[in-house]
Amino acid sequence: MERCKLLTCLSILLHLCFSRLPLATAFSSGPTEGYTINGRVIVEGMRTQGFSLPAKTSSAKIILNGGQKVTFLRPDGYFSFHNVPAGTHLIEVAAIGYFFSPVRVDVSARNAGKVQAALTENRKALSSLVLEPLREEQYYEIREPFSIMSVVKSPMGLMIGFMVLVVFVMPKLVENMDPEEMKRAQEEMRSQGVPSIANLLPGAGRS
Amino acid sequence: MAMVLRLSLFLTVLLLSLNPSSALYDDQVGLMDWHQQYIGKAKHVVFHTQKAGRKRVVVSTEENVIASLDLRRGDIFWRHALGATDTVDEMDIALGKYVITLSSGGTILRAWNLPDGQMVWESLLQGSKPSKKFLSVMNFKMDKDNIIFVFGGGCLHAVSSIDGEVLWRKELTTESLQIQQVFQPVDSDIIYAVGFVGSSQFQTYQFNAKTGELLKQSVAAFHGGFSGEISFASDDILVALDATGSHLVLILYQDEISFHQTYISDLVPDSSGVERILPTKLTGIFALKTDSSVVFLRLIGEYKLEVVEKINSAAAFSDALSFSEGQKAFGLVQHVGSRIQLVVKLDNDWNSNLLEESVEIDPQKGLVQKIFINNYMRTDKSYGFRALIVMEDHSLMLLQQGVIVWTREDGLASIIDVTTAELPVEKEGVSVSKVEHNLFEWLKGHILKLKGTLMLASPDDIAAIQAMRLKSSEKSKMTRDHNGFRKLLIVLSGAGKLFALHTGDGRVVWSLLLPSLRRSGSCQFPTGSNIYQWQVPHHHALDENPSILVVSRCGLGSDALGVLSFVDSYTGKELSSLSLAHSIAQVIPLPLTDSTEQRLHLLIDASGRAHLYPKTSEAFKIFQSEFPNIYWYSIDAEKEIIRGHALHSNCGLEETDEYCFNTRELWSIVFPSESEKIISTATRKLNEVVHTQAKVIADQDVTFKYISRNLLFVATVAPKGDCPIGSVTPEESWLVVYLIDTVTGRILHRMTHLGSQGPVHAVISENWVVYHYFNLRAHKYEMSVIEIYDQSRADNKDVWKLLLGKHNLTTPVSSYSRPEVVMKSQSYFFTHSVKTMSVTSTAKGITSKQLLIGTIGDQVLALDKRYLDPRRSINPTQAEKEEGIIPLTDSLPIIPQSYVTHSLQVEGLRGILTVPTKLESTTLVFAYGVDLFLTRIAPSRTYDSLTEDFSYALLLITIVALIAAIFVTWVLSEKKELREKWR
Repeated sequence: MERCKLLTCLSILLHLCFSRLPLATAFSSGPTEGYTINGRVIVEGMRTQGFSLPAKTSSAKIILNGGQKVTFLRPDGYFSFHNVPAGTHLIEVAAIGYFFSPVRVDVSARNAGKVQAALTENRKALSSLVLEPLREEQYYEIREPFSIMSVVKSPMGLMIGFMVLVVFVMPKLVENMDPEEMKRAQEEMRSQGVPSIANLLPGAGRS
Repeated sequence: MAMVLRLSLFLTVLLLSLNPSSALYDDQVGLMDWHQQYIGKAKHVVFHTQKAGRKRVVVSTEENVIASLDLRRGDIFWRHALGATDTVDEMDIALGKYVITLSSGGTILRAWNLPDGQMVWESLLQGSKPSKKFLSVMNFKMDKDNIIFVFGGGCLHAVSSIDGEVLWRKELTTESLQIQQVFQPVDSDIIYAVGFVGSSQFQTYQFNAKTGELLKQSVAAFHGGFSGEISFASDDILVALDATGSHLVLILYQDEISFHQTYISDLVPDSSGVERILPTKLTGIFALKTDSSVVFLRLIGEYKLEVVEKINSAAAFSDALSFSEGQKAFGLVQHVGSRIQLVVKLDNDWNSNLLEESVEIDPQKGLVQKIFINNYMRTDKSYGFRALIVMEDHSLMLLQQGVIVWTREDGLASIIDVTTAELPVEKEGVSVSKVEHNLFEWLKGHILKLKGTLMLASPDDIAAIQAMRLKSSEKSKMTRDHNGFRKLLIVLSGAGKLFALHTGDGRVVWSLLLPSLRRSGSCQFPTGSNIYQWQVPHHHALDENPSILVVSRCGLGSDALGVLSFVDSYTGKELSSLSLAHSIAQVIPLPLTDSTEQRLHLLIDASGRAHLYPKTSEAFKIFQSEFPNIYWYSIDAEKEIIRGHALHSNCGLEETDEYCFNTRELWSIVFPSESEKIISTATRKLNEVVHTQAKVIADQDVTFKYISRNLLFVATVAPKGDCPIGSVTPEESWLVVYLIDTVTGRILHRMTHLGSQGPVHAVISENWVVYHYFNLRAHKYEMSVIEIYDQSRADNKDVWKLLLGKHNLTTPVSSYSRPEVVMKSQSYFFTHSVKTMSVTSTAKGITSKQLLIGTIGDQVLALDKRYLDPRRSINPTQAEKEEGIIPLTDSLPIIPQSYVTHSLQVEGLRGILTVPTKLESTTLVFAYGVDLFLTRIAPSRTYDSLTEDFSYALLLITIVALIAAIFVTWVLSEKKELREKWR
């Protein structure tokens, strides 16, 4: 029941908002002190959810001139700055998870506060002050899924690999050697008293 | 030498060839970092507990934060930080689901959805002049809309609470009219606005609430004049003070205005000094504040007042709360010894209490400052009350049924200064190691970890691993660790309270409400300004605890007297405090310590005298030997002058004080005030370590960095450009940066950026300066780097000269020498506005540097210094590429993975502190604002230790596998040998 009421309320609100704000959003008005800049932020996924913004952008901030004024988004994504003097301003959108380009906004004094906007990142002119994120931001590295290669490439993997190489390939190499040459080498080794692996191990002396 | 250079070249190449980003996996969140969210000192509180479900309380604070808190645990449901100038004036709840806030001097009205904090609407209220601000929400029974009445900017507005539309607007701006109260009696359609015209006329307006029609307007003169606030004495009688402050004036306002005076001294016999009426929203009782006590007064009969209670101790009381039909209650809280006593009374019956509770309170929380009460229904259908109390240290706590349900340390939202202290060394015989219970547990843990890395773990296992990693008691021990990760962060809050936070988990180890920073008779407005490390024992004085110095001033002016206090960093006890007889303009920690390792500090007062602390003869002796070598500078921002100073002689005036010195001015740089205005300065950190002066560049060449501790960066702008973006054109704005040697006053470098303006944020480290400013022509932010190289050493590369001894390597380095320096500079675009900037610092200065940029979105971005290298070119040569030079791009890259705050925000970011750890590769980064965030970063990755997720189990398995392989091969070779023998 409660929820129902809320929904109807919100939809009424939405209608009011729309009726009050023309859809061509880049307009500004205002008398003596300054002009009003109206704009809209659209985030992908917002349209599918209807009128409410995704939870991520409900805490989005719209910042004028590096912190001179801060405002927030309405449920439909609209925002406005009031009492802005004529001149060239900078609007930034701070929303976690999205990268927005700062926007250069010219408020004309002659033309009754007409607003011209352009993205500063790529110098793209905007016909109306509708801001969309340039990209989503991923703050975490994505873990590589487990693969044999990563284990093999790790220092331990390399050690094991080397061991395997020694165990299985070296005897092959030895086999390919000339038997006489081998005998001579073995004798040389014995005469020099170089201990073999077998001698190092316990119990090997007895054999 | 060459060998060392080549080795370091090799090392740098090795380091740089690694990926510079030190990104985090999302399961590593919370391992090395912690994040604490605060809101600041509560200003307005609205409870929302009527309906079943989640009980919450909405709070607006001095830090311009609006937050919805869980009433059961004190956690934050949602939170919004408004702009710095967007101060919240009033707050209320409308329709049971919208939080209404009035801010920016009564001009902006916003509605926030209560469950999720989404802004629903925003209205601009046109006002013409600053005035008092009032907000009230009125409920008309006939329709679903609540009407919000707002008074602000001299206008009364009625606003629909559904969409924020202004229904009607009335301007109350006659000449010199000061509206004092706007209110609306219960169950009436009339809105009253009362105020003073000039000093002696009383004016009332009555409006129809629905249409805004002015029903009645009356004015009456009172010969005594008025001063201060207006309060209610009863529903139809107001009370004010007359101009002399000695009479209470009762004002009957509804039909005919009439005045009745009462002498205060008749009611309160021993009153003296200036009284004022406390702004209360009680009816029936009002409060009068005298210099020592609070007096509650009540109206009895026709215009007769009576004192109901006089409270001498510190006390706070709440607004009236109507909790059942026609009954109103209010809460009163006062200190009784070490306990606080909460009393809830009906506002028309002083003698009986609805509730009386008392609770023990931590003396470090100071006095109560504010109380807000709320009622609830007990199970036996009687009324219970809960109270939200704001203490002197800005903490917020909920008191219910005689216990403190939760406390929030919101003083930490207003950090002024931070320093660090080492933890005690682990003593022998004291077993703290409960980390690994036994080998089996240890192995089990590591097997789990291994399963995790091999992606074989079930979800339960993963949860177990995560829990194990997060609660590792290793990081929160109270002793020094081998890597130097565990330290104490000592922070000074705006309320004058010191907190020691553990870097491992961010818990408060101790806190101290500094007695010298509390308001007292001799010191009316104490403000803390800085903390310094006073005594850092190592070597021979290890038995002593380290201590810190807190510098504060008794007032806001530059000539306010100073107060020093010394606090033990381990126990949090104040060791001593000194009330100085002079002011403090500057504090210079000297690089000298006495035999107990107390650091010598030189305090410069506003009249230009220097005072040495500690005042001991030993310190004096040490100081005397360095007497001619002490230089400092001062910046006169009003006259745009930078001056260099040195010590001159003992103060001649007072023979007794031998620790006071006269100073002399050595040099001064006067900026032309019509074209330049100082907006920013920066110096190198005092404790920064530089590993080597030589820098090996491509093709084995060496350049020498100009490394001077006395480098000062100054940025000036055209006077017109010292205002926000959007108010100047590129033609009339320029930015000039200077590099100044503070010993000789020599200007090393001067550079002009035409068409640029502030704000400028700068950082100096080693031989470079990086600064951030706004380029008006491109309408983008820019960052520039200046690197300084020492040319006088450049010819030392000749081997023959080295052999023949004709080099100047052995000539002593002197601050007086004027070496030939060469500057290299480059500029890049940077996307975001910057709030603060800092640079990583490591123990030995070998690790490459990262800039830490606090962006406007309250995130901290780590940007490799390599991106800000003046030698970057569009097509670097092969040799330069090997050296790690990145091809030139016009803007600096923003890699999302290099945000050290990852997906968190440090709301209201104000400062970033970097602390080197003992491990060379690693730096602790502490970012503070309304929130606190601490993490550990390794700018060139942890090349000197194993990472957290190093798998010991895999190592163990490898070793076992190797041993097994050895045995297998042994057996095989035995067999083979036997076969050979048989053959």
